[in-house]
Amino acid sequence: MKYIDGFRNPGAAVALREDIQALSAKLPPSDRTTNIMEICGSHTMAVARYAIRDILPERIKLISGPGCPVCVTDAGYIDAAIELARRGITVVTFGDMLNVPGSETSLAAVRSEGCSIEVCYSPLHALELAKETPEQEIVFLAIGFETTMPPAMAIIDQAIRDGIDNLSLLVAFKLVPPALAALGSDPELQIDAFICPAHVSAIIGANAYEPFAGAGGVPCVIAGFEPLDILLGLKGILAQLVDGVAKVDNQYSRVVSAKGNKKAQALMEKYLDPADVSWRGIGVIPQSGLAMKEEWIEYDAEKRHDITVQIGKLNPACRCGEVIKGIASPFDCPMFGTTCTPGNPVGPCMVSSEGSCAAYYKYSR
Amino acid sequence: MTDRERILLAHGGGGQLSRELIDREIVSRFGAGPLEGLPDGATVPVEGDAVVFTTDSFVVQPIEFPGGNIGDLAVHGTVNDLAVCGAKPRWLSLALILEEGLELALLRRVLDRIKIAADDSGVVVATGDTKVVARGQCDGLFINTSGIGERLPGFDLSPAHLQEGDRVLVSGPIADHGFAVLASRENIHIQNGPQSDSAPVHRLVQAAVEQAADIRFMRDPTRGGLASVLNEMVESAKVGIQIQEESIPVSPGTHAVSELLGLDPLHVASEGRLLMVCGTDAAPAILEAWQAMPEGGGAKDIGAVTKEAGRVVLETLMGGHRLIDVPRGELLPRIC
Repeated sequence: MKYIDGFRNPGAAVALREDIQALSAKLPPSDRTTNIMEICGSHTMAVARYAIRDILPERIKLISGPGCPVCVTDAGYIDAAIELARRGITVVTFGDMLNVPGSETSLAAVRSEGCSIEVCYSPLHALELAKETPEQEIVFLAIGFETTMPPAMAIIDQAIRDGIDNLSLLVAFKLVPPALAALGSDPELQIDAFICPAHVSAIIGANAYEPFAGAGGVPCVIAGFEPLDILLGLKGILAQLVDGVAKVDNQYSRVVSAKGNKKAQALMEKYLDPADVSWRGIGVIPQSGLAMKEEWIEYDAEKRHDITVQIGKLNPACRCGEVIKGIASPFDCPMFGTTCTPGNPVGPCMVSSEGSCAAYYKYSR
Repeated sequence: MTDRERILLAHGGGGQLSRELIDREIVSRFGAGPLEGLPDGATVPVEGDAVVFTTDSFVVQPIEFPGGNIGDLAVHGTVNDLAVCGAKPRWLSLALILEEGLELALLRRVLDRIKIAADDSGVVVATGDTKVVARGQCDGLFINTSGIGERLPGFDLSPAHLQEGDRVLVSGPIADHGFAVLASRENIHIQNGPQSDSAPVHRLVQAAVEQAADIRFMRDPTRGGLASVLNEMVESAKVGIQIQEESIPVSPGTHAVSELLGLDPLHVASEGRLLMVCGTDAAPAILEAWQAMPEGGGAKDIGAVTKEAGRVVLETLMGGHRLIDVPRGELLPRIC
């Protein structure tokens, strides 16, 4: 544990705080806050867990962006999963998805009606289930960012090799770089810099952010999940802002390389093609997702079971969309902590343990 | 293994086998005091102006875990409830619910630990009961203990007595019990992994008795951990509590498993730790007394009572401040 403790050292934190204060004082004058967005559920939780907002200069606004895969999954996707379950298909999912409200109801609610919905910790569970019950159709809810794509595609790769023909994926994969490019160029948001996700970057590599972090772009820092990693990342960002440069600063080089994980990338390229996808609360971002290639149609639950994922209905009072974009804080939502709580979530940001609203509810009510 | 070495339904039937089981396993260990002659009820002498009376049931799974078994817990859980009420633990009842098929050797190991724990805690098993249920109707072995303690003079304990500036003391590393049980249940085998802290806290209470007038409140942070106890204390109070993450004692094995499982030690149970809120002036003497005792070697002053009503705040390692929440629902079922 000494290894981890090194990244939580209070003495080092004091030194980094002082550096951040000093750099912040050198920022060019402005009548608005300096807006730094992180896009990773684990960063969201670490920022809240270690109360990092509390120790930053007032001028620095740290925004938790659309980094929680559950939070950005459209309600229509939940509706499609529910429809599959109601048809008698076994739906295998990570636990976070269970309580996410669809347009009308949730997977947890239809499970209590008797639908077959299995919670897993690894996509491998879906593969094992398909092997054990060859007569039963199994659909794995394949959501998430670049980090969760390789393990999901690995089960399809294995299923093809093993001749398993009762397993398919309901795909709602999202890509981080196109989302960052869209958020970074949205004038309403005024994002000054990004803390790029840690594990996603391990898959795609630091170079993946170059297209929009280059000259005239938005400064990017790749940072780890430990509190000192995050402070160091913030220091790196402020240094770029003070110097007026925009580049990709990889401070998580103990895990992230320039080119990423080639094996994982090959697996994704073999089965998936870029697609326009809808982000809950944000809308459709061109080429910001991946869908199953035509040639693997029988492993694509939408095609195999002839179902279309529509854009779902949201509770009109829910402000998750604005929270995800950093326009609103969870405190700005009238439902936060009253009608919307982790026990009875209205919006996805409260459902997922990595959601902004859940993190605020847990640590800073 | 023969049937004779396992619990049979007939062991609970009131006949010859029942009698044999009670004589060989219960009377042999606990039969010297009020239990002698197996009366229907125990007649026990008590001193002082009042008794404290408590009860607790134990369903921990697995029955044996690193650092102890359900027997230790069944004694310490009840003894500690008496101790934190400012009482000297004296008498214990012991009710066993056994599942048909339970290995007798396991039952013996549990009863041995009960005997050792009772002697160490200064309590006597005064009365008891044994039932056997059919296979599948309980999970090996459940225990209920009730306890009677004599109230110690000088204590007047209530969360309502908390005052701004009071100190918050904890007698040793937190959450070892919960993580030891969890690691055992999840087959997490690591070198120097967590060991249950199951132990009596009555000596820690007695060591502070000279400062009794300045002690506001005591609890043993069991289910829900330190986070729940702290929140309960200030729930309806006009004060709050702030603790320092850096001061909270966590043993290396527990730290490792908590990181592996992503569980916060603040939310996980201890079974042999004492949490005390006392006046500023009394704190150093109590800490010094505790630190000189084997069960208090890791004692720490972890924070103070604040005027922020109802709020329990953590100053993190990074120097920021955040709420300490109460875990939602049952985080870890069957850890005691």
